[in-house]
Amino acid sequence: MTDATPLSIHATEATGGRKLLRKALAQKSFVLGFGLLLLFVLIALLAPVLAPHDPYLQNLTARTIPPFWYEKGNWVHPLGTDQLGRDYLSRLLYGARISLIIGFSVVAIAGVIGTTMGLLAGFFGGRIDMAMTFLVTTRLAMPVILVALAVVAIVGSSLWIVILVLGLLKWDRFAVVMRSATQQVRSLDYITAAQAAGATTTRIILREVLPNIAPQLIVVATLEAASAILLEAALSFLGLGVQPPLPSWGLMVSEAKAYMFFSFWLIALPGTALALLIFAINLAGDGLRDVISPEKRG
Amino acid sequence: MLGFILKRLGLALLVALAVSAIAFFLLRLSGDIAVAIAGEGAQQADLELVRKTYGLDRPVVVQYLDWLLKTLSGDFGTSIYFKTSVASLVFDKMPVTLILGLTSLGFALLISIPLGVLAAIYSNTWIDRAALAIAVFGQAMPNFFFALILVMLFSITLRWLPVSGSQTWAHYVMPTIALGYYVAPAFMRLIRAGMIEVLQADYIRTARAKGLPPYAVVITHALRNAAVPVVALTAVQLGFLLGGSVVIETIFALDGLGYLAYQSITYKDFPVMQVVVLLLSVVYVLLTLAADIANAWLDPRIRVE
Repeated sequence: MTDATPLSIHATEATGGRKLLRKALAQKSFVLGFGLLLLFVLIALLAPVLAPHDPYLQNLTARTIPPFWYEKGNWVHPLGTDQLGRDYLSRLLYGARISLIIGFSVVAIAGVIGTTMGLLAGFFGGRIDMAMTFLVTTRLAMPVILVALAVVAIVGSSLWIVILVLGLLKWDRFAVVMRSATQQVRSLDYITAAQAAGATTTRIILREVLPNIAPQLIVVATLEAASAILLEAALSFLGLGVQPPLPSWGLMVSEAKAYMFFSFWLIALPGTALALLIFAINLAGDGLRDVISPEKRG
Repeated sequence: MLGFILKRLGLALLVALAVSAIAFFLLRLSGDIAVAIAGEGAQQADLELVRKTYGLDRPVVVQYLDWLLKTLSGDFGTSIYFKTSVASLVFDKMPVTLILGLTSLGFALLISIPLGVLAAIYSNTWIDRAALAIAVFGQAMPNFFFALILVMLFSITLRWLPVSGSQTWAHYVMPTIALGYYVAPAFMRLIRAGMIEVLQADYIRTARAKGLPPYAVVITHALRNAAVPVVALTAVQLGFLLGGSVVIETIFALDGLGYLAYQSITYKDFPVMQVVVLLLSVVYVLLTLAADIANAWLDPRIRVE
């Protein structure tokens, strides 16, 4: 504890964060999930370097070439080409970007909204808490996919509209978890101490409460990112999400649907990529949750 | 208990009212309904006429109250695309979605209860890990991808089941599996966690000490107590099922509310969209209300909060 101000717990918080990561890394499943996730991030960042071809370049003379493990496959297009002759490996690599952008951005928007609501409701209680409970109940009553589909259909669809719509819909879990985490922290001694020392409420919420509920926030953010990625894929699959020619994995499954009887790999590859990414995020998120609250393992 | 029910009922009514307002304003403000009715590229004069006939020239709040009163009295309006009354359209398709919801919930419980119980009894063995693997797989699998794999397997390769439609029971098999598998992991995890906790309780030790056979201990004593949180989760999961039914019904062309929702959205059929969003939300509100009451009945501590 080198930090001199009595109101601050940042020094312990830093070691707390490191300790958290060290504990998490002791779990095999977390290491697997986190490692896989890092791999996806690297693929997304390095897509222009890794992709053997332009993901948008059509070649109508080289349509639906199968991947290399089929007899008709070749190494020019290691994972084959799609129904428009575009290199499938390149499209899959670029697709990682779309899923990760969706995951990060939706969680950023929804996280800010939900965390603000949860902090206020948990800290002040009373009417504010009642109002939040009402908002969350109302939001939960409306299926996300249905409302998102309707709004996207009317407003028009693009990557950023999908992000905005999902971000404005998916704050519920953040609000619920942050509310109960804040309630638990609020009555602890150091909050009372900070109040006694005359710290302003804003300062207490931002500098004392928020850092202490950050671990739970990270867990929710991880699991919600997975859910947002799946929702984008479903919206794009239904034709009301990301628009062609962008290589969204959900859209790729949708576009190849008509060819799946003869070229099943056309839907199997993007579908598997999607499942692997969600698997990685969930594994990492579950691992973090087990470290934070071991009793909730299940 | 009565006070508790009345309080919850009041909240449910308020939520339903809020949802009706959101369903109306969200869809009304994000698009021009007159253009949807008259078609793209319609003349200004035609648009004016449409606005007059449908009462779209009135203030939006007046339109909302008018719509709400009509909806409450059972007049859901006329579909722009299907040209029939929205009420008959919706109530024709409702049973399909209700059947699908119940069968997939049943399927989810059918696989999650045994797996969850086994995982708890044999926790930290290979059985536990296998059950966990099934859950992790289910959570990672995009439901539309899983549905297409089922089609590939059961319709194309084995030729056992029809690809799409809703005429016979066979049409419900794949949608049930695809939708049920999607919600099963959450149940399994909750049952496993609940069972592990309950199995350590004193009354289980007493039951064992009395010489009750192990299956009786597990089923009559442990599972009953571990089931309480499952009731609450059922309501939440039914909400997921309603949302998931939009995707699954569309893939299998199963003629229910979810498919109708998708059709009304693609055809910009506002009257149908509004009613379907409202209806699915009200169904969810009623289900959570029922779950709250069931929970309070099962666990008296909840009644006093």
